Amino acid sequence: MTKDDGEMVEEQKKKPCRFWIWALSSVLFRLILISYAGNLNLSSRPEVSTPLTSIRRLAEGYWLKQASMSPYAGSMYHGSPLLLSLLGPLTVQRLVAETSSNDLKLCFNLVEFKKEDTLDVSGSKGNQVTSFADILSAILLRGIGKKLQMAYGLNARLLGLLKSPRDKGILPCGDIAALVYLWNPFTIVCCVGLSTSPIENLAVILALNGAVTRRVPLAAFGLVMATHLSLYPAILTIPVIFLLGYGLDAPPLKLFLQTRNVESGNRSSTSSASKQAKSKPTAQLPFLWKTVVHFVFWALVWSLCVMVLCRLSLSKHGGLEEMFKRTYGFILSIEDLSPNIGVFWYFFAEVFDFFRNFFLIVFHVNILFMLLPLAIRLKHRPCFLAFIYLAISSLLKSYPSVGDSALYLSLWALFVNELADMKFSFFLFCGYLGVSLLSPVMHNLWIWRGTGNANFYFGNAIGYACFQIVFVVESVSAMLNHDRALKKCNPNHQKVKN
Amino acid sequence: MARTVLTWWIPLLILQSFLLAIAFGSNEVEEEFSESLLLKPLPDRKVQKFRVKEMELSFTQGRWNHEHWGGFDSLSSMNAKPVGVELWAVFDVPHSQVDTSWKNLTHALSGLFCASINFLESSTSYAAPTWGFGRSADKLRYGSLPREAVCTENLTPWLKLLPCRDKDGISALMNRPSVYRGFYHSQRLHLSMVDSGEEGLGSGMLLEQSLTVVLQPDTVYDGKDLQPSWSLSSLFGRKVVGKCVLAKSSNVYLQMEGLAHQALWKNEEFELSTQPDRILRENSSFLYIFNIDKSSDSEPFDLGLTWKLPSKWSCQQAPLHASRFLMGSGNERGAIAILLKATESQDKLSGRDLTNGGRCTIRANVFQIFPWYVKVYYHTLQIFVDQQQNTSGEVLKKINVSPSTDKMSSGMMEMMLELPCEVKSAAISIEYDKGFLHIDEYPPDANQGFDIPSALISFPDHHASLDFKEELSTLPLLSKFKDKSLVRSYTEVLLVPLTTPDFSMPYNVITITCTVFALYFGSLLNALRRRIGEEERFLKSKGKKTGGLKQLLSRFTAKIRGRPAESPSSESTAAAQSSVLSSKLLFKIILVAGVAATWQYFSTDK
Repeated sequence: MTKDDGEMVEEQKKKPCRFWIWALSSVLFRLILISYAGNLNLSSRPEVSTPLTSIRRLAEGYWLKQASMSPYAGSMYHGSPLLLSLLGPLTVQRLVAETSSNDLKLCFNLVEFKKEDTLDVSGSKGNQVTSFADILSAILLRGIGKKLQMAYGLNARLLGLLKSPRDKGILPCGDIAALVYLWNPFTIVCCVGLSTSPIENLAVILALNGAVTRRVPLAAFGLVMATHLSLYPAILTIPVIFLLGYGLDAPPLKLFLQTRNVESGNRSSTSSASKQAKSKPTAQLPFLWKTVVHFVFWALVWSLCVMVLCRLSLSKHGGLEEMFKRTYGFILSIEDLSPNIGVFWYFFAEVFDFFRNFFLIVFHVNILFMLLPLAIRLKHRPCFLAFIYLAISSLLKSYPSVGDSALYLSLWALFVNELADMKFSFFLFCGYLGVSLLSPVMHNLWIWRGTGNANFYFGNAIGYACFQIVFVVESVSAMLNHDRALKKCNPNHQKVKN
Repeated sequence: MARTVLTWWIPLLILQSFLLAIAFGSNEVEEEFSESLLLKPLPDRKVQKFRVKEMELSFTQGRWNHEHWGGFDSLSSMNAKPVGVELWAVFDVPHSQVDTSWKNLTHALSGLFCASINFLESSTSYAAPTWGFGRSADKLRYGSLPREAVCTENLTPWLKLLPCRDKDGISALMNRPSVYRGFYHSQRLHLSMVDSGEEGLGSGMLLEQSLTVVLQPDTVYDGKDLQPSWSLSSLFGRKVVGKCVLAKSSNVYLQMEGLAHQALWKNEEFELSTQPDRILRENSSFLYIFNIDKSSDSEPFDLGLTWKLPSKWSCQQAPLHASRFLMGSGNERGAIAILLKATESQDKLSGRDLTNGGRCTIRANVFQIFPWYVKVYYHTLQIFVDQQQNTSGEVLKKINVSPSTDKMSSGMMEMMLELPCEVKSAAISIEYDKGFLHIDEYPPDANQGFDIPSALISFPDHHASLDFKEELSTLPLLSKFKDKSLVRSYTEVLLVPLTTPDFSMPYNVITITCTVFALYFGSLLNALRRRIGEEERFLKSKGKKTGGLKQLLSRFTAKIRGRPAESPSSESTAAAQSSVLSSKLLFKIILVAGVAATWQYFSTDK
């Protein structure tokens, strides 16, 4: 035991060190990429910037606001007014810095103009925004790191319960998840491309982090902010409430009950009734109503704060009603048909007007429809539930970007222990890789070269949707299989003991 | 080469003024006449119904060449119009009703002129300029259709408004082939309400019709440096035979600019075939006035001009020459640039009257409408003066932007630039994203691209007018020209290609997307639901131990012949499961398709 402890301590010392090296190198990698960002032209890629997350649209909204117009005038900006006052000044500084540093010269020559054009569209990346992205990544990292410890403790408890010999085989899922987030090309692309999705992801992770570490105000704040920023995280209320009410991810309750019963049966048969009476309350995991009420209270407080702040920033033009219409309304009634990696843009560009509302309802209800079955089935694993919800919402989002995928992929890495024997993982990896490589090619063929047509890009989007579906379904069934495997393990134990 | 080109312009310009004369001559007639005749289908009821205060409608084909045909005279500032249809109107109704009045007006005009002016009805195609249009009225609406093809079916209703149509008087010259053969023709209809000032009469209305044509004389080039001589009959193929009986006055004007030293109609430079009735002297030009009252069938009026000496022609330019172009490639985004280049005439103008606080400046207003599918990023507006980017607000004095809303309204940009007089060139560039439209929103020829209407550049400090010494109340056209008019020029129409979806795909897209979602729904629900079945099977196998499983196995092996019977049971169960899954999936898909079909059936039944 002492030896094990020593090893553990050593590992724990070594691991963070190595982890921080990797994290820092990822930041460095970003900085290197940012210096070349002008040539990468990422901020206008359809995969990175959707109408909701585009930094150019944000800059436009900020400009309109500065010109004492409503930022929602026109249909450029559809984000939060708070984000506008947070990020808006950066975009302006960015432009000013750019114009002063670059001694631009106008030549009345189309070619020259074109060069300058691309230079300005993409090349203007201020240090402010990148540093902001770095801080953001660091916060995300820490949030996931905390989760790592919780998951670690959970696993230890679980294994202590099961007395499994694979004690040392537990992977540090927090580190892995954080590194998966930091080194995921999708995240890097979103960071370098200056989309606002890292901030949305931050809010989501804040909510989960708060719920996991039982910091109720933080959880409420994260959830409210995430919902405010992109609406879809509203469905995370269910897993967050489960997390607060029932505690962290654990194998199904029956297992505990069984093991408890077995243990109690082993120890003494005489006072079994009293033992059971003692163990029952601990085994039943009571729902912590107080915490949940606390959470609801905080959520109300935070949403009130957000409302008041939005109200203040929009007091001169339109007010909250316009904000809801232009943000949530825009998300729900898929108005912008510019291509993205989802499938809705093409669907609604092609669908007959008569059916438009019907399909809008069907597709949005599709997200809500799955909430209840998943919640019932995965009640004991609220974090995993949150991951599945996020994956589903990024699959059925009206304007998905790779930033959403980055978030759920890194959350997926939190469950490496449980999902170790997931099927099709290599196939899925290849699929994601293939889609993310083909998407720019198809986009280029269609939009820039004009040699392909919209079906090329749409086919790619369909492929991406299919891979995501397989991913979601496979991870759900892998998790259920894992629980089943635990259950199968358990009777054996019982038999051995008996 | 340049010379031969230049030689053409003189007769052309003359013709423009000449035709204007027609328009105004006949216009005057209308005021004199009984309502029933003169305002036949158009004005009376319509004007009262829609409460139009002032309105101008123009149909134009071809682009006014500001460099060669002049950019600083009354003619160009009043009659040079953007390609296609341009309509603006000021209403006399409460603010809330302006848009409905506009819609009704466009429909009425569309029916009247056999044009698709009704497309201006939708809020995505018109705008409400505040000051950039040069006419500050808060109930002003402006719209233009650059794509509109202008032809005889538009000219005929226009001619119908004249008292004598094209049967008599100067308008008899309106021979369709000769008119439409020209470089440029623009028919304009200007309607305004005027208060007579007298009590009993109330207010009347003034209808001005003008047709501007730029023609090239048909004469064969004889090898000499002489400019081609022309006559009305050679240009139009017709002669004027008497004036319209209903007309009060009917005059033909010939303006010769800059070249004549003496106001003689026969001099060493050129010779006119008819003696002018009156010769007016303007600052730099002479105006020959011909009255066609005297002409008759036996003695038709046919003005001709014969050059004797080669002469070089130059025209007065607007202070800055404006042109507009697109930048960038691909169908995702681009930029629009407006380029203002100094012209030669600027030097002499700048010193004259433009000193502003010790600094000589040229003010220029830019008015531009963007359709909603050109999503302009106003924050990317850049102004370059003499190839240096200007970041301070020195140049951009005033800007008014109303951004476009998707499928709701078009965007509008009004800018006031104050450029130093010594400026060589100034450029404005603004970036945009191209929109993606629903398949129904594309026109039949979707791959041709979409037109961005002309931008209007006006110079509020510069006014063009003909400066006559004489009192000209009897000559309405000239008194009109004597009024100061704003110097303005319209830029080119831009053609923006937009990406198109596959127009043949709607059914495929709908079915494929729905299949993907059915796949998602079915397989996820199946994965969630799987526990119960497995537990049951587990219990069963526990109870019967071998019987059920063996039976299943044997049935399975019987199903797939040729395969070795020793396939592992787990695999077989998985396969069986997957077959169950796929059959269920198939069932679900069929169910969804059935629901869709019944939906479709019932919806179409209605």
